[in-house]
Amino acid sequence: MSALRDYLDPFLRRPIALAGLIVLILVCATALLAPLLAPYDPSKLAPEMRLLPPSGAHWFGTDQFGRDTFSRVIYGTQLALLIGIGVVSFALVTGVPAGIFSALFPRVGRIVMRMIDVLMSFPALLLALGLIVILGRGVSNAIIAIGVVYLTTTSRITYGLALRLRTETYVEAGISMGAGIGWTVRKHILPNLISPLLVQASFVFAFAQLAAASLDFLGLGAPPEIPSWGNMLAESRIFITRAPWLLLFPGLAIAITAFSLNLVGDALRDQLDPRFRDVVAGNRR
Amino acid sequence: MWPYILHRTAAALLTLAVASVLIFFFIHLIPGDPLYVLLGDVATPEQAERLRTKLGLDQPIVVQYLRWLANVAAGDLGNSIFFQMPVTRVIRDGAETSILLASITMIWITLIGVPIGVIAAMRRGSWLDQCLSGAAMLLASVPTFWVGLYLILIFAATLGWLPSSGYPSIFEDGGLANLRYLLLPSLALAAPNAALILRLTRASMLDVAREDYVRTARAKGIRPARVVFRHILRNALLAVVSAFGFTFAALISEAVVTETVFALPGIGQLVVQSILRRDYPVIQGIILVTVVLYLVINLLVDLSYRWLDPRIELQ
Repeated sequence: MSALRDYLDPFLRRPIALAGLIVLILVCATALLAPLLAPYDPSKLAPEMRLLPPSGAHWFGTDQFGRDTFSRVIYGTQLALLIGIGVVSFALVTGVPAGIFSALFPRVGRIVMRMIDVLMSFPALLLALGLIVILGRGVSNAIIAIGVVYLTTTSRITYGLALRLRTETYVEAGISMGAGIGWTVRKHILPNLISPLLVQASFVFAFAQLAAASLDFLGLGAPPEIPSWGNMLAESRIFITRAPWLLLFPGLAIAITAFSLNLVGDALRDQLDPRFRDVVAGNRR
Repeated sequence: MWPYILHRTAAALLTLAVASVLIFFFIHLIPGDPLYVLLGDVATPEQAERLRTKLGLDQPIVVQYLRWLANVAAGDLGNSIFFQMPVTRVIRDGAETSILLASITMIWITLIGVPIGVIAAMRRGSWLDQCLSGAAMLLASVPTFWVGLYLILIFAATLGWLPSSGYPSIFEDGGLANLRYLLLPSLALAAPNAALILRLTRASMLDVAREDYVRTARAKGIRPARVVFRHILRNALLAVVSAFGFTFAALISEAVVTETVFALPGIGQLVVQSILRRDYPVIQGIILVTVVLYLVINLLVDLSYRWLDPRIELQ
């Protein structure tokens, strides 16, 4: 249980980080319980109820089709979570093995890392958009496109960490006593990567929210029938002067989710081994 | 110094060479016959065949790549399907807006991010520092297009102080006054990036403040303000300068969305429109140009970094 205490400690000492953690737990709970929490069907059209301001019946008002904004924001958590988990998993599953491999086999690894450098020379959203052009629009393709962007930073960070771990005395001692690569990775490298990668995962999760919202906003992300926060903003933007509240709540949902993730990432980073902290610092938008 | 410059330039060229292969294959990875990807669906079969031979699409892929590379080196990025004119001209038409937008945004980022970062670092741990750092992180978590939409609502639609969209060239009627069209977009674009530079300035100030020479300077009785500006800030700004490379990349990325919100005739909006129009040669050209720019800027940052801090050795 002491490991869990280590992770909780930074949150107990910093109220604002704790607030971020609680918001994230609430977002997860909302996504799971969306059918119970949403007062209306998020896709039900009601033309006679168009563009109503917030009221007791419709907390966040209604959109141009008379759909309940509150229910749509609630259902939006599902896609936000799906995108976040999808992008983080993609980045970890591809980036971590690439980083560890490159650190342990420097000859080939230098080439792999050069390839990562090449990918990093493409501006993030442009890289994602280029991939969307090739793959086509859709939720899973958006996850892959954004995932590739963060595969680069994740593998770079893993590489940097693994290189340092590789020269630790206990790792060298293990190898000189005949430990195999698999054993070294399992016993020495992976366990030490968990904390820094958790930090990285929370930042990637946050940036994935913003990137996915951008893709949705440009009409190149989730299909329009899915009530994602980005789609809500895209569809309602021309009504901003007539119904300014329409854009307020989906935008706040994105900002609060990303902000909470950044707070959590920051708190976890301060808890990291100082030698690892500078490696985990850089990320891109 | 010279070995360093040569080494860095060679590394950048190598990256560019590999990137060019990826960018070349972009057209071939799009589902469908690359000929129609390049020509659009409207081409007649005769036109198509003529172009197939002209573009050398009947040649082996390596030959195609080398031909494309030779054309690119000669400044020929192909033709836009939608505009029916060279991609280089289409990009040049959008360049004024994008360059001015990026420049004004960089001014905001520097004017807002650096001084506030210094203040936060000087008041480390105080409520002021916590508010500023918290606000910066909040700003970095807000979608730029959302900020842009509300800036339009407040300053254009409600107060009527500034135009809400479009940008007429400064070389047309209105002259430099047309820059006011870029005021709101540049603010929206600057918000998250200024926040990141603020956090970076603060962190780097705190790092440098721990150095021995700062303690020595203080012990010698140098005025605190002088220590902050001469000893800490000058060195802390090195890290900020090195961040300009990725700030530029972030600006390109976010300008795509910001230009769409404000209907600016720049390269960012051109990307989105070209995707919707299936004008693939334009997308390919823009990706190539931004990658080259990004590598050049990073090279310059690297070299200036070395020039600013001679302790950095060639690795």
